[in-house]
Amino acid sequence: MNNMRVLLNGIFKENPTFVLLLGMCPTLGTTSSAVNGLAMGLATMFVLVMSNLIISCIKNLIPDMVRIPSYIVIIASLVTVLQMLMQAYLPGIYTSLGLFIPLIVVNCIILGRAEAFAAKNGPLASIFDGIGIGTGFSMALTLLGAVRELLGTGVVFRSDDFGLAGIALQGESYGMLIFVLAPGAFLVLGYLIALFNKFVIKQQ
Amino acid sequence: MLLVLTAVALVAGGVLAGVNEVTAPRIKKINADNLSKGIRTVMGSGNVQVASPEVKDGYEFYAVSDTDGQSVGTAVTTATQGFGGPLKVLVGFDSKGTILGYTILESAETPGLGAKANTWFQKGQKGDVIGKNPGECNLTVSKDGGCVDAITASTITSRAFLNAVQQAYNELYARYDSQTSATNVQSEKNDMKGGQDE
Repeated sequence: MNNMRVLLNGIFKENPTFVLLLGMCPTLGTTSSAVNGLAMGLATMFVLVMSNLIISCIKNLIPDMVRIPSYIVIIASLVTVLQMLMQAYLPGIYTSLGLFIPLIVVNCIILGRAEAFAAKNGPLASIFDGIGIGTGFSMALTLLGAVRELLGTGVVFRSDDFGLAGIALQGESYGMLIFVLAPGAFLVLGYLIALFNKFVIKQQ
Repeated sequence: MLLVLTAVALVAGGVLAGVNEVTAPRIKKINADNLSKGIRTVMGSGNVQVASPEVKDGYEFYAVSDTDGQSVGTAVTTATQGFGGPLKVLVGFDSKGTILGYTILESAETPGLGAKANTWFQKGQKGDVIGKNPGECNLTVSKDGGCVDAITASTITSRAFLNAVQQAYNELYARYDSQTSATNVQSEKNDMKGGQDE
């Protein structure tokens, strides 16, 4: 497989959210607004690319029996590093996402890609896989967040932490609150999976 | 096998210690900056001196005075349980207990709903609490017979927020009472207690 195909594979054919259905906990939990979804996707992408790179470099040094514990230690360390760096250099994003950052450790996409891809491929291909899957995840989360925010509050891409006023598409008083709450996450996700499979996957 | 796992853990620990060493001072400075900026916001004036905090039962009291040393009031950090997690609020009171301003320091409320708390209770907004005195008016949502309009569809967050402010006021006066036995403060406090029992 060449690297471009690996990249596109992560966005479409093996989209982690709409096709593989991995990492559902952060997907449902953080997408109450488009900006939160996007930021969560990008943070996950950072960890995914780094963990794929490190694991594909040291895959031959780690015996099979301790491979999962080693991967988890690497992933957890990366997440902690990310958390400390964000807190120090991007405090705005950290206040908005702080609670969800530690959750990246238990996001099964990262361990899943380490096992399924990075442990069997070279460093360069693994980086492309991380970028591809990460982009697919970010796009899915942003889309899910945008739909929920629009139906729930009538405004998309609003973020007080970054001073974004958002794009008002309908009056704020017409928001359907259920879409911002947990049940709305399941409803929107279900419809998006169905549409994605009908229109994007069919065409491949 | 054991050796490899130990090595992985050691390297990971080393990297974490290194990054912590670099970021810890910055994080501390950012938190301190946020707090001092917050105190200036809630006191409604940038030209103030802030005394070092007095900590009691998880509340932090910052005595604030203007540049001539005249007391402006006290900023108090207070926390309650909100809808999605802890809700930490910084409230500024003048010397009579009137609310000068507030800012949310930490929250995990639902975006689009409870997260509106950072603007909803500000001056000129629907749930304006600025200028109200928890000793004179019943600082609860109107549904509970209080004098503040709750955030639409976020009564739990509104209750948590008002409760946090009320607690800060109670603690502030409990502290005054232990220092002086000013009668008007005492009676204000009793009025407020009466209001709460309803």
